[in-house]
Amino acid sequence: MKTELKPIDILLVEDNPGDARLAKEALKDSKLKNNLFIVNDGEEAMKFLKKENPYEDVTRPDLILLDLNLPKKDGREVLKEIKTDENLKRIPVVILTMSKAEEDIFQTYNLHANCFITKPIDLDQFIKVVQSIENFWLTIVKLPNGAK
Amino acid sequence: MNSKENPSTPINILLVEDNPGEARLALEALKESRLKNKLYIMEDGEEALFFLYKKGKYADAPTPDLILLDLNLPKKNGLEVLSIIKHDTRLKQIPVIILSISSAEEDISKAYNLYANCFITKPIDLDKFTEVIKTIEDFWLSTVKLPPENNEKI
Repeated sequence: MKTELKPIDILLVEDNPGDARLAKEALKDSKLKNNLFIVNDGEEAMKFLKKENPYEDVTRPDLILLDLNLPKKDGREVLKEIKTDENLKRIPVVILTMSKAEEDIFQTYNLHANCFITKPIDLDQFIKVVQSIENFWLTIVKLPNGAK
Repeated sequence: MNSKENPSTPINILLVEDNPGEARLALEALKESRLKNKLYIMEDGEEALFFLYKKGKYADAPTPDLILLDLNLPKKNGLEVLSIIKHDTRLKQIPVIILSISSAEEDISKAYNLYANCFITKPIDLDKFTEVIKTIEDFWLSTVKLPPENNEKI
């Protein structure tokens, strides 16, 4: 599989440093080589994805993990921008949020979120969820290549 | 972590697959699931749309919670079915998992551009195929929150 040859680039959009740190630890143990990029708000996420200053040299991620409640630009707005942008829309976006409100779930699927996951409050459970995302999206799923 | 409020409500899965052997294997794999689920199997793209639009004999069919969709289907191919689902405001929130023998980058890219929720290449080995179905079940039915059923309320 081509995925074994080059690292998978993952963009995590998360304003909680504790959650970001845990996700990083969980992905470090992955069987698959991956690079995790972390941005802390919605505006930074869009700059990263559009390779705007200071992100001119980054590669487009293969997978995006997106929180909903973010400073500056809300996660729903970020999702909408990604999924209506011809160059970005094929990148899978996994919503990873504290919310379990039906309205959020329904709205984000309508905006073409690829899947919606509620973050468990328990830290061990949170790590398990990140590993489950990694297992499913990096080993079972075929990610699009064209986003690069 | 299941999104269903009532755990006794089965999760309705629509499998669109023209190969009876694979459909049978998927059925077997899902039968062993911890989560109650009901699998509906349609053998071509047209039939899948009749089911989704509750036409004719499908008047009482449930709206599925999850769709597993093959690409090479008789009558109407999988990408066409996908495009119709993802352009319909009443259907587009249903997650669609593409399950195809194809691993062509063009198919993968096209499917994601049409808002497929994920793309999985079917392993040829039958045991591996069963494993993949179980992994899909485990991820989508227990880790993911599926869209709420009564979306009319929202």
